[in-house]
Amino acid sequence: MANPGTLAPAVAANRDMSGPRGAKPKRAFSRANIIVYGTLIVVAIYYALPLYVMIVTSLKGMPEIRMGNIFSPPMEITFEPWVKAWSQACTGINCDGLSRGFWNSVNILIPSVLISIAVASVNGYALSMWKFKGSELFFTILMIGAFIPYQIMLYPIVILLREAGLYGSLTGLVLVHVAFGMPINTLLFRNYFSSIPEELFKAARVDGAGFWAIFFRIIMPMSLPIFVVALIIQVTGIWNDFLFGVTYISSPDRYPMTVQLNNIVNSVQGVKEYNVNMAATLLTGLVPLVIYFASGKLFVRGIAAGAVKG
Amino acid sequence: MTIAEQGRPAQGRSAASSGKRPSRLFRNPMSKIASIPMIFTAVVIFLGGTVWTVIYSFTSSGLLPRLNWVGLAQYDRLWTSRKWIVSIENLGIYGICSLIGTLLIAFTLAALLDRKIRGEDTFRTIFLYPFALSFIVTGLVWQWILNPELGLQHIVRGLGWTTFNFDPLNNPSIVMYGLLIAGLWQGTGLIMCIMLAGLRGIDEDIWKAARVDGIGTVKTYIRIIIPMMRPVFVTSLVLIGAGIVKLYDLVVAQTSGGPGISSEVPAKYVMTAMFGGQNLGQGFAASTMMLVTVVIILIPWAYLEFGGKKRG
Repeated sequence: MANPGTLAPAVAANRDMSGPRGAKPKRAFSRANIIVYGTLIVVAIYYALPLYVMIVTSLKGMPEIRMGNIFSPPMEITFEPWVKAWSQACTGINCDGLSRGFWNSVNILIPSVLISIAVASVNGYALSMWKFKGSELFFTILMIGAFIPYQIMLYPIVILLREAGLYGSLTGLVLVHVAFGMPINTLLFRNYFSSIPEELFKAARVDGAGFWAIFFRIIMPMSLPIFVVALIIQVTGIWNDFLFGVTYISSPDRYPMTVQLNNIVNSVQGVKEYNVNMAATLLTGLVPLVIYFASGKLFVRGIAAGAVKG
Repeated sequence: MTIAEQGRPAQGRSAASSGKRPSRLFRNPMSKIASIPMIFTAVVIFLGGTVWTVIYSFTSSGLLPRLNWVGLAQYDRLWTSRKWIVSIENLGIYGICSLIGTLLIAFTLAALLDRKIRGEDTFRTIFLYPFALSFIVTGLVWQWILNPELGLQHIVRGLGWTTFNFDPLNNPSIVMYGLLIAGLWQGTGLIMCIMLAGLRGIDEDIWKAARVDGIGTVKTYIRIIIPMMRPVFVTSLVLIGAGIVKLYDLVVAQTSGGPGISSEVPAKYVMTAMFGGQNLGQGFAASTMMLVTVVIILIPWAYLEFGGKKRG
């Protein structure tokens, strides 16, 4: 470690001699770099630790956990906690595990995502290319709605859903997700569509294409990336939702995964099985994690696109 | 294809109408029809729902909403309720710490990542993954890590520091910091990404000029870069602020508001009053207070963001 420190001034001097021409040389071991990398690595370990703890805890048996070290890797790997979390963990009187919550979440997720993307993309299209009087006003209200605490709209929606006979059903929850996913996704599509050259749109109009023809034949095929971004935002957002699930689903049989997970882990009765709890937690986090790691830069782009203009 | 064909009838109409350009009201009718879901959501759910709740917060609604006016009685009750006062104080502590902590950590990390380092993508992936997880998952993981008998405290004591005491989730006076640790872990990645995008948007020449003038790196960040990134900081502030007011899931998962009522937050108070306590009026009044808080946060932002440019 002494070497890099003494090397640094020499390298730095060398750089000054060579002048500003050419690519900036890499000073791999300067003191500043050690601080930068050191800090980043320490922080990265801290950020990665919870995921690591979840994984190792879920692979240990209870005796090993009681002995002690949450950070140590499992001595004997067991998948029993995973099996138990998936198919036997209890919430109240039901003991068929998280699988029920998982399928409920899937049933909520698929229609919610499809409908909300369909609606939001059409909104964004209308707002960017077919502006009408008041369209900006409705959009502004929609955007302000995204910042208002959801709690203030919860009860009026209960009444609306009850009037429609949908309170407590998965359909009702799907509609709620569509409504609350609308601001961010509409914004996303609107901004993306606004960047499409106007000439393209005008040419299509001259050729006699109307509202839907332009949307399906021209706009949609050239906007695939933004649909993927919206898909990522909606899947993770809806999968991770807790508030709406707990509010608009009346029967525990139909609770989405997050709500069921919370009920399993925070139930007061019985002995706490930390390994099963962590397996259950990891199972619930798995869908968004897989999407996150698989989508890479698109995820970043999605949240940044949504957030920066938010 | 088939869907596209269905659009045909509308085509002719809208093309014709724009050719003649009659009154604005009848231009592109299909656009208006297609916007009905948006208009309904904006006007009925967001605007209507908010107004409805504010109106009913002045009634004595209990199990069901009723229009028995009681003036500000619900608000009187709210502000004399110890649970509400504790909730507000908690939100204040959490909010201030979370705001400062997030900005500080996120900016530092973004600045470090901006130093043209190797493995930037790997670091960013690690810092951001918690954001993909729900607050429920976050809360449960940290509940386990902060478990006094088996978690962090146990490990540090095992290393020889036997008097080490860190049990935030069972200590009413520091429980909010236990939540803060989890909240920061989950949320800083997003702000870091936004800050990083902001840093990337800064002209390389600024750095060259600073170097020519002999200004150190840290000083350049503080004196030149941060003032230039004001819009990015404003956006971050709004995002963090809106997130803080919504704080609910994390508390439910990590502490359930305990020990006692020491980690209650306003959003949880609203939920308990509306759906747990059959005390709708209280829930409406409390959520109206939450709205007021957000409006107080948003007005300066809207003024900064739009006031200067459009009306100035």
